[in-house]
Amino acid sequence: MMKRIVAVAVAALAMTTSWAQAQEVKVGVNLPYTGIGAEFAQLVDRGMELYLKLNADKVRPYKITLIKRDVKDPGGANAKIAVQELLTQDNVDILAGWIYSPNAIASAPIVTAGKKLAVIMNAGTAQITNMSPYYVRTSFSMWHAGYALGEAAAKLLNAKTAVVGYTDFPPGKDSLAAFKKSFEGTGGKVIDEIPMGGAGAVPDFTPFFQRAKDKKPDVFFVFVPAGDHAAAVVKTYAALGMRDAGIKLIGPGDITQDTKLQAMGAAAVGLITMHHYHADLDNPENKRFVEAWKKEYGATTTPDFMAVGGYDGMAAIVHVVQTLKGKIGVEQALEALKGWKFASPRGPISIDPVTRDIVMNEYLSEAVMKDGRVFQKVIGKIDGVKDACKEQKIGPCAPK
Amino acid sequence: MIFGIDVASMLLGGVAAGMVLFIVSVGLSVTMGLMGFVNLAHGGFAMLGGYAIALAMKHWGLGFVPALVFGFVVTAAASVLLERLLYARLYRATELDQVLFTIGLVFMMIASVTLLIGPENQPLALPAILQGQINLGITQYRTYSVVLIVVGIVIVGGLWLGFERTQIGAQIRAAVDNRRMAESLGINIARLFTITFAFGSGMAALGGGLGAEFLGLDPQYALKYLVYFLIVVAVGGLGRVTGVFYAALLIGVLDFVLKKYVPQGGTAFIYALTILLLLWRPQGLFGAKVT
Amino acid sequence: MTPPQAGWAEHPAALALAGRHRVRVWEPIPWVLALTFYFAFPKHLGFGTELLVTILFAISLDLVLGYAGIVTLGHAAFFGAGAYTVGMLAKQGIWNEPVTGLILAALVAAAVGLGSGLVLLRTHGLTLLMLTLCTMALLEEAANLAHDYTGGFDGLDSLPIAPLFGVFEFNPLYPKTQYLYVLTVLFVCFVFVRTVVYSPFGQSLTGIRENMLRMHAVGAPVRGRLVLCYALSAAIAGVAGGIWAQANAYVNLGTLGLDRAATVLIILVLGGYGRLYGAFVGAVAYMVLSHFLSKIYPTAWQLGLGLLLVVIALFARNGILGIAEAAVRRLWTRHATS
Repeated sequence: MMKRIVAVAVAALAMTTSWAQAQEVKVGVNLPYTGIGAEFAQLVDRGMELYLKLNADKVRPYKITLIKRDVKDPGGANAKIAVQELLTQDNVDILAGWIYSPNAIASAPIVTAGKKLAVIMNAGTAQITNMSPYYVRTSFSMWHAGYALGEAAAKLLNAKTAVVGYTDFPPGKDSLAAFKKSFEGTGGKVIDEIPMGGAGAVPDFTPFFQRAKDKKPDVFFVFVPAGDHAAAVVKTYAALGMRDAGIKLIGPGDITQDTKLQAMGAAAVGLITMHHYHADLDNPENKRFVEAWKKEYGATTTPDFMAVGGYDGMAAIVHVVQTLKGKIGVEQALEALKGWKFASPRGPISIDPVTRDIVMNEYLSEAVMKDGRVFQKVIGKIDGVKDACKEQKIGPCAPK
Repeated sequence: MIFGIDVASMLLGGVAAGMVLFIVSVGLSVTMGLMGFVNLAHGGFAMLGGYAIALAMKHWGLGFVPALVFGFVVTAAASVLLERLLYARLYRATELDQVLFTIGLVFMMIASVTLLIGPENQPLALPAILQGQINLGITQYRTYSVVLIVVGIVIVGGLWLGFERTQIGAQIRAAVDNRRMAESLGINIARLFTITFAFGSGMAALGGGLGAEFLGLDPQYALKYLVYFLIVVAVGGLGRVTGVFYAALLIGVLDFVLKKYVPQGGTAFIYALTILLLLWRPQGLFGAKVT
Repeated sequence: MTPPQAGWAEHPAALALAGRHRVRVWEPIPWVLALTFYFAFPKHLGFGTELLVTILFAISLDLVLGYAGIVTLGHAAFFGAGAYTVGMLAKQGIWNEPVTGLILAALVAAAVGLGSGLVLLRTHGLTLLMLTLCTMALLEEAANLAHDYTGGFDGLDSLPIAPLFGVFEFNPLYPKTQYLYVLTVLFVCFVFVRTVVYSPFGQSLTGIRENMLRMHAVGAPVRGRLVLCYALSAAIAGVAGGIWAQANAYVNLGTLGLDRAATVLIILVLGGYGRLYGAFVGAVAYMVLSHFLSKIYPTAWQLGLGLLLVVIALFARNGILGIAEAAVRRLWTRHATS
């Protein structure tokens, strides 16, 4: 009897001491859990949760609590309220999330006033990291892929002429500017720029693609938002017989997003994309990541670049928590992330100390059929790519 | 000669898009003309029908045409249920109440599909013979667009015959032109409306399935294209099948041409044109002048 | 004609008519509540500010919908016009004083309202609905095209709004100034709308709504009244938009979108249109529900909202206030007969 009482008392004591040791760090997450962005929110959310699950040993002895808020739409207003409430009501230590660029742009003044580290896990407009000194981005900038692809198209694909089709909103215009700068800087010529409707409803791409086809370029660079736009692009490309007409379809990896790729089927074969991540990347980190993902979320699901944005973002957060031993001051957090290196499923990444944006590899891949499914074969790689827009201070990143 | 090919490809692409608009919108036009009921949930029926068709093909292995028939029947049946239970109570209600009811209904439709199936796009696998290109003599063209045009012409022909040559068609036309008079002649308006509503919703389902290749299929479909359907109906004139047909073609071709030559301002032009057309002829291009 | 006789002015119906505009006992309640909110929930002031702006916008819609009977799905056109006026002037560094900025916003929105009203209000029914929708959509597209001035899809961020009266700054994290500022503007606009509604002009609007033919027969300048009402409503919607831009230091295409226009319509109907305070009740109910329900179970929120709308359209056409009125009436009759 006595032994049992002692055992229980010891256990209780152990539990309370370990509980006191597990210092809680609150991370405020804002994502569009409902509305048109629900799918993307789910990918980033799962990426974050998977990191915490796979690397529980790296989190100990701290406890990371995710406080999640729905921003509903890319309208900006809800994102502002969400971030504001996370800061003033939930008193979070770190902010994270942001799928849509307009939401990140709208949140910037609040982030600056709130003086907390804010990790951007998707939004890709280049100059966002300039809008607040506390923004750190672990996802990508449109310029990472766009600029690299311009050079690759001219050098590796020997393209002399290009037509650019882009969805008419800032990431699309960013992509156009990035591709054009490097393509024309390497001796190519962009012979037509076609805005292809807005980012809302998927338009019928046929008239735009018809116009591109009539111009007979070597390559057709297309940027559309990931998701349904991309699926429609691939379908229209095939339906108009553009490949047989000798026009290669190239673009950033948004058009071959892993979650949509298999549904595109044979129509996607031949697409050449430049991106920092896809699920077929061959490195041990990614193999582990994809396997864990399928085990956790279902064998038919797959992670994609948004998921890895969430995964790496959480890795950055955990690094900050460990380095600062749970006491998250924003200046120290930024210091901890400057030059931080990490072996991510997308390859080695680091955070640029000057721009607080991500530095990572870019892979040139071609879609092929392999073992009955669409597979992205890596045909080229560029190491340590920085965001050229801020690096060279051009266009929207130029000093005002 | 090159100009000719250009024009032909423009017309074909625009006409195909217009056909999809027509097939979805014709039901809306007739029900609105017949009962004066503003049904903003019409896009929801197109969405539900499209989903029924895509899922029947995916999970039960139905062929494309049998799936289309299935979608039509299922959606028509569901709409009859809704009409008898809910819509019928609001026939004498104000326009505002009708707008609210149908907006609420479409929200419920979108949320149900999102909860049951998921927010992502639903792919619809067209049979292989309908994919790819077809040789039309002067130029290669997208097979599916050609098929849609043929289907559209068959449908409008069938509808025209139905309206002009059958008794029920005559009854509908009479009721659209002057409901009170038609009623006093002994025509059972309530039954007529149920039949028309069911047919219109079935057509919407058909349009949703046929148009999935161009317009995609996801829960937001119900609201995304609603404005376009309403424009086609308002410009064509309520209750006029031929009116809707020409309006749909006009909008479809214009949209296509604008996107190709003036991609920057395309949608703005459609709205501006609609405003001008409706100001010039508020009853629509082919609608009956309101006394 | 019968000459007025003694005792008529004391008839209960006459007294009721004459006293309609008098301030009721319970009318200060919403304002007291709003002030209490400021002190009781200092951490929710961001939500509170958004709520007050929504109420102002809904009041502007009530003027055209509840009193003049114009069903419009395009009212966000005026909200956005006001918002972008403030936004563009501030961003380009031309003008950033808040109060005068609001006046400018009201003027621009009123101009848009006057222009579109003159042209559109010749039609009615589905045609009018479509026209209001297309006008708003056209403005939205125009704003998107002119992205050099309007910021396009990303909008104009970090608007440099000058401190109120040179003293009170707009703090993005702790929006105390914003809340009180919006509350004051809301009060001023509300008093204005209330005066209009109970004036002869307002009465004629009700007449037009109830029976347009008869108003024509009586010789009332129907179209002129409608257009004036539309322009006034547009001006107030413009103030709502302008103050939204100032409070958030941000403006984007969402201010001109169908989403915003549809939401304000839903809010007004939820509360009860044609009742002045319906805007208050509806906005509070909608935003509180939306804020908390969507935290718990996001997708179910849309389902619940849809169901609510269907139920209202079928059984509770006059919204929450309508239900309350019916309940009060039943209590009175029971009281009177017992």
